[in-house]
Amino acid sequence: MAEEIKTFKVTIDNITIDVPAGTTVLNAARQIGGEVAPPAMCYYSKLQGSGGKCRTCLVEVAAGSTADPRPMPKLVASCRTTVMDGMIVKNITSDKVKDARAGVVEFLLLNHPLDCPICDQAGECHLQDLGYEHGKEGTRYEFARRTFEKEDIGPYIQLHMTRCILCYRCTYVADQLTDKRVHGILDRGEHAEISTYISKAIDNDFSGNMIDVCPVGALTDRTFRFKNRVWFTKPVDAHRTCDTPGCCGNVTLWLRGNEVFRVTARKDEWGEVQSFDGKPGWICNTCRFEKKKTVDWVIEGVTKVNRHSVISQGNYENLVMPKETIQEVMGGREPKLLMDIHDESEVNKPGVHLSEIAGPAHSDVFEENR
Amino acid sequence: MRSLSKAQIITYMQALTNRAKQVERKPMTLLERAYLPAIFKGMAITFGHMFKKRPTINYPEVKRPFSPVFRGLHILNRDEEGRENCTACGLCAVACPAEAITMEAAERKAGEENLYREEKYAAKYEINMLRCIFCGLCEEACPKDAIYLSETFAPANFQRKGFIYGKDDLLIPNPITEPEAFAEARGNRAQVAR
Repeated sequence: MAEEIKTFKVTIDNITIDVPAGTTVLNAARQIGGEVAPPAMCYYSKLQGSGGKCRTCLVEVAAGSTADPRPMPKLVASCRTTVMDGMIVKNITSDKVKDARAGVVEFLLLNHPLDCPICDQAGECHLQDLGYEHGKEGTRYEFARRTFEKEDIGPYIQLHMTRCILCYRCTYVADQLTDKRVHGILDRGEHAEISTYISKAIDNDFSGNMIDVCPVGALTDRTFRFKNRVWFTKPVDAHRTCDTPGCCGNVTLWLRGNEVFRVTARKDEWGEVQSFDGKPGWICNTCRFEKKKTVDWVIEGVTKVNRHSVISQGNYENLVMPKETIQEVMGGREPKLLMDIHDESEVNKPGVHLSEIAGPAHSDVFEENR
Repeated sequence: MRSLSKAQIITYMQALTNRAKQVERKPMTLLERAYLPAIFKGMAITFGHMFKKRPTINYPEVKRPFSPVFRGLHILNRDEEGRENCTACGLCAVACPAEAITMEAAERKAGEENLYREEKYAAKYEINMLRCIFCGLCEEACPKDAIYLSETFAPANFQRKGFIYGKDDLLIPNPITEPEAFAEARGNRAQVAR
């Protein structure tokens, strides 16, 4: 006889749910979904051992369990606290949690440069969302922010240590996805930084996934650097058969016209990599950095984007291009005066293919094509 | 069909307003027939205006002052050292309800620090003045003080292609090399907002 799975009844923000024993409060809240789920900057369900560092997922436990209904004295990190039977958790219904979260945001932003206008992560940055939803407007920090030089780790990835919030997700990627870890955290406390040892290049097939797991703009795609803002590119779901073992081949392409500006893994509603057949859909560096043509991919359709996200500003609903109606209306005749915007405009020139440039565009790229 | 006289038609037709007046057909009086008094009366009105304050101005030699909230042609601002403020963050373009703004960004190379304030800058920046509705939302969205709506109009043109304004047209003169042109282009608006 199969052993019966023990389930616990937990109440989060007055919503009761049955979850298997050993589930964390965060995952129970995510099963309910919506606003009840606490935000998480460091916890990543697909990476073992992640969580417990950023403290954004703090919740109030109003009653520990049916057996011991005393409230927990302090707010607890919901990603590391497992549920007990009869536990009552308060997340957005608790003023203490809201206040603590605003404090955590202030802490996370102590050393953050807030260079969102430059940062390529802007628009899909979890810290931006967190600050917008839970943060306060000002900071009380009076000292100089710590700064670092930006660093190329490998040909494809750029590290902006100044923006890092030390969530450790990328080091878990390196530990669990790649065979040889060549980067990690150096130093401690205030001085802690992510780096490769003596700028050693990262050449592993799955190193690109650390870009996807990074909640801020600390690790960014060098092949997409400064090419466009994420909300001006059109996300479409696509796949290809990839020979690399472990690569799922299911990706999101970020298009501008017919140019593939960026390839990322497919994300779920929590901003994590989607699972395919029960396995996390990590993608290899070949798919991510080298297949930058639409002919390399089978496009499935437009990615569903939350309508509150800035990425949905283009209102993309389908892949059909609107057709030219002038000739139809004029009985087959060409108009006598029609300005082709490319004759006059210097933006998006048909001769310039930004997606084919390896790194960020420089002044000479635009000078050549004047 | 029965034919109607003109007077009958008028009585049948319903007046649209109650201000309709029957035209007077009385013969003119002697004074009216004398002609000259009416001429002098008219001339008196004409010459009287010569001594009144003129309501018009001699545009373009004289220009009326703009309201401080007037929203005219855009300028791309520079900082005190003459570096371009714009970092091509795209917030103006996303805020633009007419979708008039387009841009392409580039990375600042070593040696270009005196040209651009941040490591990323707008290599191309265009505003389609045919689309622009001069709402000023780009100015409000800008986090870098980079775009302002100045106190000038977009000049008229015979062709549509004259309304695609690139960086050459929009960028403010350099405050170090051409301080007078910079001050004139900036006007009062940038200072008010600061």
